[in-house]
Amino acid sequence: MLTLLVVLPVIGALLLAAVPNADGRKDGLVRWLALAVSVVMFGLTLLLWLRFDNAAEGYQFLQRVPWIPAFGINYSVGIDGISLMLIVLTGFLTPIALLSSWESVHAHVKSFAIFILLLEAAMIGVFISLDLFLFYVFWDAMLIPMYFLIGIWGYDQRVYAAVKFMLYTMAGSVLMLIAILGLAYLNQVATGSYSFDIQKLALLHVAPRTQFWFFLAFALAFAIKVPLFPFHTWLPDAHVQAPTAGSVILAGVLLKMGTYGLIRFAFPLFPEAAAYFAPFIAVLAIIGIVYGALVAMVQPDMKKLVAYSSVSHLGFVVLGICAMNMQGMQGAVYQMLAHGVSTGGLFLMVGMLSDRRHTRLIAEFGGLKAVMPKLTAGFLLMTLASIGLPGMNGFVGEFLIMLGAFKADPRYVIVAGLGVILSAVYMLWMFQRVFYGPVTNEKNAKLKDLSPREWAALVPLVALAVFMGVAPGIFIRPTDQAVKAVVERLDAVKTEHAEHRAAPVPDAVSAAVVAPAEGK
Amino acid sequence: MRLIWLVPCLPALGALVNGLAGVRLFSRRTSGAIACTALLAAFGLSAVAFIQLLGLSPVSRVVDVVLWTWIPRMPLQLTSATLGSFSVPLALRLDALSAVMLLVVTGIGSVIHLYATAYMAEEPRGGYARFFAYLNLFCAFMLLLVLGSNFLVMFIGWEGVGLASYLLIGFYYERPSAADAGKKAFLTNRVGDWGLLLGILLVFATFGTVDFREVAAMVAALPAGAHVGVVSAICLLLFIGATGKSAQVPLHVWLPDAMEGPTPVSALIHAATMVTAGVYLVARNAVLFSHAPQVMTVIAVVGVVTALFAATIALVQPDIKRVLAYSTVSQLGFMFTALGLGGFTAAVFHLVTHAFFKALLFLGSGSVIHALGGEQDMRRMGGLRKFLPVTYMTMFVGALAIAGIPPLSGFFSKDEILLRAFLSNRAIWAVAVLTALLTAFYMFRLMALTFFGEFRGAPAESPLLLDGEVPHAHAPHEAPSMMTVPLMVLAVGAIAAGFLGVPAALFGRNAFEHFLLPVFTSPGHAELAHAGAHGVSVGGEVGLMALSVVVAVAGIALARRWYVVHPERAGAVAAQWPRLHRLLLRRYFVDEFYGVTIIRGTLASSRWLWRFDTGLVDGLVNGSGKLTLITSWFSGLTDRTVVDALVNLLGRTVAQASGVVRSLQSGLVQNYALLMLFGIFAFVTLYLFV
Repeated sequence: MLTLLVVLPVIGALLLAAVPNADGRKDGLVRWLALAVSVVMFGLTLLLWLRFDNAAEGYQFLQRVPWIPAFGINYSVGIDGISLMLIVLTGFLTPIALLSSWESVHAHVKSFAIFILLLEAAMIGVFISLDLFLFYVFWDAMLIPMYFLIGIWGYDQRVYAAVKFMLYTMAGSVLMLIAILGLAYLNQVATGSYSFDIQKLALLHVAPRTQFWFFLAFALAFAIKVPLFPFHTWLPDAHVQAPTAGSVILAGVLLKMGTYGLIRFAFPLFPEAAAYFAPFIAVLAIIGIVYGALVAMVQPDMKKLVAYSSVSHLGFVVLGICAMNMQGMQGAVYQMLAHGVSTGGLFLMVGMLSDRRHTRLIAEFGGLKAVMPKLTAGFLLMTLASIGLPGMNGFVGEFLIMLGAFKADPRYVIVAGLGVILSAVYMLWMFQRVFYGPVTNEKNAKLKDLSPREWAALVPLVALAVFMGVAPGIFIRPTDQAVKAVVERLDAVKTEHAEHRAAPVPDAVSAAVVAPAEGK
Repeated sequence: MRLIWLVPCLPALGALVNGLAGVRLFSRRTSGAIACTALLAAFGLSAVAFIQLLGLSPVSRVVDVVLWTWIPRMPLQLTSATLGSFSVPLALRLDALSAVMLLVVTGIGSVIHLYATAYMAEEPRGGYARFFAYLNLFCAFMLLLVLGSNFLVMFIGWEGVGLASYLLIGFYYERPSAADAGKKAFLTNRVGDWGLLLGILLVFATFGTVDFREVAAMVAALPAGAHVGVVSAICLLLFIGATGKSAQVPLHVWLPDAMEGPTPVSALIHAATMVTAGVYLVARNAVLFSHAPQVMTVIAVVGVVTALFAATIALVQPDIKRVLAYSTVSQLGFMFTALGLGGFTAAVFHLVTHAFFKALLFLGSGSVIHALGGEQDMRRMGGLRKFLPVTYMTMFVGALAIAGIPPLSGFFSKDEILLRAFLSNRAIWAVAVLTALLTAFYMFRLMALTFFGEFRGAPAESPLLLDGEVPHAHAPHEAPSMMTVPLMVLAVGAIAAGFLGVPAALFGRNAFEHFLLPVFTSPGHAELAHAGAHGVSVGGEVGLMALSVVVAVAGIALARRWYVVHPERAGAVAAQWPRLHRLLLRRYFVDEFYGVTIIRGTLASSRWLWRFDTGLVDGLVNGSGKLTLITSWFSGLTDRTVVDALVNLLGRTVAQASGVVRSLQSGLVQNYALLMLFGIFAFVTLYLFV
C-alpha cells in the first residue's frame, strides 16, 4: 500500500516521459494525465486514512525488504498518525499545485509535470521511511525536482535561488548523513550489527555526551529545512523565485519536513539532548515568530511577505515541539497541517494575481475588491485562517501550542503572543493595500475574476481551512497515539530534569484547586 | 430551551444565504427580508427561552446545550493522572445573564435590521446583500459570544464580532479612511486579545478547565486570600481584553474612528452590543473578579477615568456621530466603574438601558444624516426640529434618558452606579457625578446644534453628496416610516426599560437585580457581590437621586443657555481657553502619540530588521558561499599551475587528459556547487572526526 504511493507517481512520470511532446502540441494531454495521476494519488491517500487505525500504537502498514544486508540497510516503510496526515496533505496539495500552473507554465510542460510527480513520490517517501538510510535517500531525492522547478520555471533570479536552496539544504543534510552513519556504527558497537532501522535505534542507549553531538547534527539539518531563525534566508528567495506550484508545495509540504524530522528523529532518538536543547531552540523559535512577523510587515513583495510569515508560523510549530508535552506537540502537528493549507492557499492566490499582472509588488495593486470580488473573498478567508481567527484552522494549532508552551514556561507565550498581534498587522495591512481603496492603477481595472480552473484549485483549500477550524478533532485524533509515544519518551527524561527546578506557581495552584474539586 | 442553539444559527444561516447567493441573485427586498426574518426568528426563540427560564426556580436557571466536542480530549500530563485532561466542547449555556444579553442583541438587533433596510436603500444591489450578510454574521457571533459556556467558545464569538466589525467599518472600502478605520479597530482589539488569550491560558493552567461555572466554583472554594496573585493576574489579563473590546483607556482609540461604518452598524455594533462584550466578560466572571480586589480597584479607576476623559472630548466635537461615539466610550466607562465597585447587576442594568437609548440616538443621528445627504458636521445643521419632527422627538427622549432625567431608563441605571460609588469611594463618586453633568451638557449641545436655531447647511451645494444623487432641492425631509418606526420602538424602550429595576427606595422591587444576582454569586456563597449595597438609609438614597437629577438639569440648562438662548456664548467660551479647546478638539493627541511612538516605532524596527536580515544573516550565508567559491578557485589555480605543470612534464597525451580536468572549472554554477559540496563535506568530516 505505502510502496504503491511512491511507485504510482513514478509510473505516472514515466508514462509522461513516453508521451512524444517535443513540439508542445500534446501539452493538454500531459496536463490532464498528470492531474489524473495526482488525483488518483489523493484518493489513495484518503483510502489509507480510511484504513488507518487511530487507536493502534506503533507503526502501521509495515513492509520490510532487505536492501543492503551487509550494512543492515532495509527498504523499511510504515506510518503512524503524524506521517499519515502529512501524506494526506501531500496528496491533497499536489493536484492543486498542478492546477495552479495550468496556464502559467508554457515551456517544457512535460518536464514540469514529471518533476512535480517525482517530487510527490520523494515527499511521500520521506514520510513513510522507517529506515534512516532510506529516509536520507528520499530526503535528498526530494531536492532535485525542487531544484529544477525553481531553476527552470522560476522568476528572474531563479538560478541563484535554486542553488542557494540546494546548497543550504545539502549542507545541513550532510551533517545529518554523518550522524546517521554514526548511529549505525554505534548500533554495531552495541549489538554487533549495523542497523538503520529507527525502531531498533530507538532502543539504543546513547550516552548523553554523544547524544549532544548527534542531536545537533540532526537538529541543524532540520532547522535549516523548517526554517528556524537564523537559518531562514533561503526561504524568501526560494519562494519568491519559485513558480506558484513550487511555492505551494514548498510552503505546504517541504517546510514540514524539518518539523517532521524534529518530531520523528531528533527529539525521540536523543531525548536527553532534546531536553537540554529544547529551551534554546524554543528561544530561537520565539525570535523567529516575532522577527519573521516584523520583517514580513515591511515587505513590498507579496510572496516575500507570505514567505516571512511562514518563518513566523513555523516558529510556532517548533515552539510547540519544544514544549515537549501533549498539547504543544499535538498543536505543532496540527499547525503543520493548518499552515500547509492556509499558506498554500495564500501562495496560490498571490500566484493568480501574479499571472494576471506579472508583478507581485503590493504597491502595484489596490482596489481589487471592486474588480475581483471572488478572489477577494477567498483571500480574506485565507488571511483570517492565517492570522488564527478562532473557528478557522490557524487558531486551534496556535492555541494548543500556546497552551503547551505556557505549561513549559509562561514567558514563552507572553512574547510569542505578540506574534499573534503582528500577524494580524501584516496580513490585514497587505489585504487593505491590495484589495481595498479605489482602483488607482488602470491595469487593475479590467482584471478577470476567478476562472473555473482557479475555482477548482481554491475552493477545496478554503473549505478545508474552515472545516479544520470547526471540527479539528477529525485531524487530531489520528495523531494521538503517535504524539503520545513521542511525549512519553521525552517525559521519562524530562521528569528527571524537572525535579531539580521548583515547580512553577500555576501548577502548585492547580494541584491545590483541583484536589477539592475532585473531592465533590 | 433545548433549541437555544438555533438562536446563533439562524442569523448565521441568513449570512450564508445572503453572502453566497444573495450578492448575485437577490433583490434588495429579498436579502433584507431574509436578514430580518432570521433575526426576528432568533428574537422569538430568545423570548420563548427567556419566559421558560422565568418559570424555573432562581437557582436552577441554567441550561447547558453541548453541540459537539470542538477540541478533542488530550491528556495534560502522561505521567500524572491528577491533572485530568484538556478538551473543549462547543457548548452553549442559557442562564439569567445570557438570556438578558440574548434579548438585547436579538431585540435591538431586529429593530436596527429593519431600520437598515430603509437606510441602505440607495446601496447597489450586491452591496446591499453583502451588508446584510455581514450584519447577520455579526449577530451570529455576538450570540455565540454571550451563549458560550466556556472561555474558548466565547473567544470564537469575541474574535468573530471583531471580524464582522472590521468588515462593516470598512464597508465603504473604496474610501481609504474607512479601510484604515477597520484595520485600526481590528488591530487595537488584537492588542486586547493578547491579554485575553494569555488570561485564558492562565485560567486553564490554574484551574484545569475553561468552563465559566467550573472556574467560578473553584475560585469560590479557595480559602479567603489564597492565591490572590494568580487570580489577580488572570483578572488583569482578562481585563486587558475587555478594555480592547469595550474601548476603555488606553485602547479607546478605535471606537471613534469606527464611525466610518454605516450608521446602523454604529448603532448595533459600536453602541448597543459588541462594545459591551468587555462588560459582559467581567460580569460573566464576577466570582473570579471578586477574588481580586486590587484588580477591581484598577477596573473602577480605569472606568471612571475613561468616563470623564471621553465626556470631556465629547464636549467639543463637531461631528454628530463622533460625539455619540465618545459618549459611548464614556458610558462604557460608567459600566466598568460599576463592575469595579462590585456592582455587577448595576453594570448590566446600565448595559441594557444604554443599549436602548444609545441605539436610539445613533439611529436618530442616522436619520439626520440621511436627511442631509450624508452631512455629519453639526456646524452645518441646525433648526432641523421643523423638518424632522419624529426624529427630533425620539432623540429628545434618548437625550433625556442618557442625561438621567427620571423616570426615563438612564436615570435608574445611572443612579444605581452613583449610589454604589457613593458608598464605596467618594472620589470616584465625585468624578462620576461630574461626568454625569458633562453628559447632560454635551447631549443637549448636540440637540441644540442639530435641531434648534437656524438651518446652517446648504444641502444643494454639499460636497458630500454621492455621485449621481439628486441634490436636495428643498428642505431636508423626514425619513420613511421604515426608519421612524424603529426610532419610536426604541424610544419606548428608552423610557420603559428603567422600570425593570426600580430600587426599593422608590418602592420598586428591583426585579432585574433579583433575576441576575444568582449568576454573579457562586453557588452556596450568596450575597457576595451584593455586600454593602444597603449601607445607606432610604432618605439618603433619595437625597442622592435628587442630587443627580439636579446635576442633570444643570447640564441641560447650561447647554440651553450657551447654544440656544445665547448661541454666541459657546464660541466665546472656547476662545477664552484656546489651548484647552484645541486639546479637547484633537482628543488629547492620543492618536498622534500612538502614531509617533508605537506605529512608527514598529515600522522603523521592522525596516531595520529587514536590512539586518538581508545584510547580516543572509550576508553570512552568501559570504560563506563566496568563500567556498574563492577557495575552489584557488584550488583550481593550483590545479592549473602546479598539477598541470607537473602533468605537462609527463608528455602530451597526459596533458590532454588534464584538459578534461580543466573543463571542470567551466564556470558552470552546478560544477561549483558540486565543488562546494565536497568542500563542506571534507571540512565537516575533518572537524568531527579528526
